[in-house]
Amino acid sequence: MIAETGQFTLVLALIVAIVQGTLPLAGSVKNNIRLMALGSTSATSLFLCVLVSFGCLIQAFIVSDFSVFNVAQNSHTQKPLLYKISGVWGNHEGSMLLWVTILTLFGASVAAFGKNLPESLKARVLSIQGLISASFISFILFTSNPFLRLDPAPVEGQGLNPILQDPGLAFHPPFLYIGYVGFSIVFSFAVAALIEGRIDPAWARWVRPWTLAAWCSLTIGIALGSWWAYYELGWGGWWFWDPVENASLIPWLIGTALLHSAIVVEKRDALKSWTILLAILTFSMSLLGTFLVRSGILTSVHTFATDPERGVFILLLLILISGSALILYALRASLILPGGVFSPISREAALIFNNLLLTTGAAVVLLGTLYPLLLDALYGAKVSVGPPFYNATFLPIMAPVLVACVIGSMLRWKRADLAGVLGRLKVATLTALLVVLTIIWATGSGDVLVALALGVSAWIIIGTMVQVSERINLFKFPLSKSLSRARNLPRAFWGMVISHSALGILVIGITISSAWRVEFIKLMKAGDTVSAGGYTLTFAGTLPIVGPNYTGIQGQFRVERNGKEITVLLPEKRSYPAERNRTTEAGILSTISGDLYTVLGEMSENGEWSTRIYFNPMINWIWIGAILMAFGGLISLTDRRLHIRLLEKFSKEANGNAA
Amino acid sequence: MRNAVIIPICTLLSLVGIFGLYLWQIGTGQKSLNHLPSTLINKPAPRFNLPPINRGGKGFSTKMLRGNVSLVNIWASWCIPCRVEHPYLMKLAQDGFSIYGINYKDDPKNANTFLKVLGNPYRAVGADHSGLTSIDWGVYGYPETFIVDSNGYIRYRHVGPLSETDLSNTIQPILKRLEN
Repeated sequence: MIAETGQFTLVLALIVAIVQGTLPLAGSVKNNIRLMALGSTSATSLFLCVLVSFGCLIQAFIVSDFSVFNVAQNSHTQKPLLYKISGVWGNHEGSMLLWVTILTLFGASVAAFGKNLPESLKARVLSIQGLISASFISFILFTSNPFLRLDPAPVEGQGLNPILQDPGLAFHPPFLYIGYVGFSIVFSFAVAALIEGRIDPAWARWVRPWTLAAWCSLTIGIALGSWWAYYELGWGGWWFWDPVENASLIPWLIGTALLHSAIVVEKRDALKSWTILLAILTFSMSLLGTFLVRSGILTSVHTFATDPERGVFILLLLILISGSALILYALRASLILPGGVFSPISREAALIFNNLLLTTGAAVVLLGTLYPLLLDALYGAKVSVGPPFYNATFLPIMAPVLVACVIGSMLRWKRADLAGVLGRLKVATLTALLVVLTIIWATGSGDVLVALALGVSAWIIIGTMVQVSERINLFKFPLSKSLSRARNLPRAFWGMVISHSALGILVIGITISSAWRVEFIKLMKAGDTVSAGGYTLTFAGTLPIVGPNYTGIQGQFRVERNGKEITVLLPEKRSYPAERNRTTEAGILSTISGDLYTVLGEMSENGEWSTRIYFNPMINWIWIGAILMAFGGLISLTDRRLHIRLLEKFSKEANGNAA
Repeated sequence: MRNAVIIPICTLLSLVGIFGLYLWQIGTGQKSLNHLPSTLINKPAPRFNLPPINRGGKGFSTKMLRGNVSLVNIWASWCIPCRVEHPYLMKLAQDGFSIYGINYKDDPKNANTFLKVLGNPYRAVGADHSGLTSIDWGVYGYPETFIVDSNGYIRYRHVGPLSETDLSNTIQPILKRLEN
């Protein structure tokens, strides 16, 4: 019964989505208020339908209803509850339903929070959102139905791949999807603006919170994914330039560009046409990522069951959604009048520079990801593109972004004084130079690139702090006055400060953990010791362990520092009988200065264990940086000018202008 | 500015074209994601001499590959995809093709039970306890299947489980071509 209810509400959702996709749009053309008002009602009902359907699937997983094919394939009675639920999106069909649930949630939020949007704009945005929802609901219903029954029902399910049974991975897909799908709202706003042929600062102000929210979620989603890969896969690495990782990085890069260019539209009424294009591209790249993961044309740890038919369907959706938006753009972009002018040295120009580099970076990652596929399709040759390609191409493109982000945010709008800004950054420049020289001196000139990267990080962090101290007149007035000034600075400014500094922290983490990592691969028997990163590890032997749905072996490493025992690390090798699969759980001692990372390998014939021990210095700074970056985005999201009451005023102004 | 709009549209069109081509190639079986080239193609099979998985049975060595077109299948009882492809190996054996097995890092007891329960398509199975023979064959994952001609040269490599379409589209045609 549960499955049928889910199926029924999903079919109902398709009908509602079609209504939402057509009638409000028709209403906006005919200027029919009642048809336009249908947008909000249908967006809310659509979300409720899909939510019920998604709830039914979750319920089927919780009660282990193996008469549902999807549940039988991906769940097991012995699984802990959290993983029964996360198993819902651990497979293609269920994750697609989560995707659509989030898609319709965003539509419903526009309906709920967009009370002050002009009626026609809101109707158009919701209609486009409805059309996207309708496409994806029909994709689920016609090619990937999660509610298919299985008769006779098996007694036990086949279980979820044990490496996916992990808290990090339980939350990674939802965040990622909120990111991907959140950009659909921005896309809908862009297409609606193209249909209206009008885009103004008010438009940018409506779009900005959605962009920020999607961007923050995508940042968190990517960070969670890489953190999971780091501690769960047991390879000691955190980013593998895997096609599917890249598929999330590309929309992130373009989304970051969009975030910055939308500021120019909002403040200066310029770069409008480009911003619209970026909004279309960001969501198109999310769709492309979806296509790459689900069509099975790329092989990766992430890819779901392969099925060319599904691939064809998503490819059609990609053509339909992105293609029609781009054609609309080609036809209508000329209607968007160019706004404010600016000189080559200005904040506008700096943001264009940022945009060019970020989109070029995205293009390079896209090329690297698709190159093996292109070559195979055209010439039948197999190649793989790995880190050396990205190190040689992507990193040099990103390096100027890092240097420029401090200068750019200090330049004035319209026309700025570059020499003056550089003069204000004296402290940052000197610190950066000092860092570079110290590191070259300390490492014996071996690591010039490392020294430069750390110098740039110092430059970003100190440069950003210089901006803060200038804004609050630190040291010029008494401290209390400075603090009260700090409190009154706009949240968007603090968001920028946090996110830019976080970028510096991220670069420090990446540089130090990859440059100064220590790695041992050793055969060890009980009593053997190894030292790494200032710690002494003593292998104390192994113990058999029993978990809720696995059995395994646990290695024990006593960790000492300066003769005092700090902790015992317990790396595990688990064997999941239901899934007939094994996993490796690394034993990690995590501190701000670095991670001690132990992995238990195989036992040799004479009773010695092969062990891998890493010391990853400052690796946590990577995730701290990523999370802080998202936090900066959230702070910016709470900026007063994005609040509803003020929006009302702006929308009235906009309506006034239109009339 | 207006002309610049052509760029994203062209990019989208060419991407879609290539994806479509690739999907079509996969759909019609011309291309398989499982198809990984091997540097061993058209080279003699590596030399090995493996003990049997059951006491008193026949082991498996390079010499046995001479004189007959044969399939060499690397498998293990713990490997789930091996179970999936097993019926197709049985079918090939019934059709009279000679199949040899390399049993990778397996408990002989489990391996024997596997063959007793599901049927034994192999003329002989060698136990590769250390996994070194599999390394010599360049095995990438389990199962893998190689086609070796009557002179002991490797002619084809299939990574992953065999399926119905693999059998009819690639394996059987190659076997027939080599036998003639």
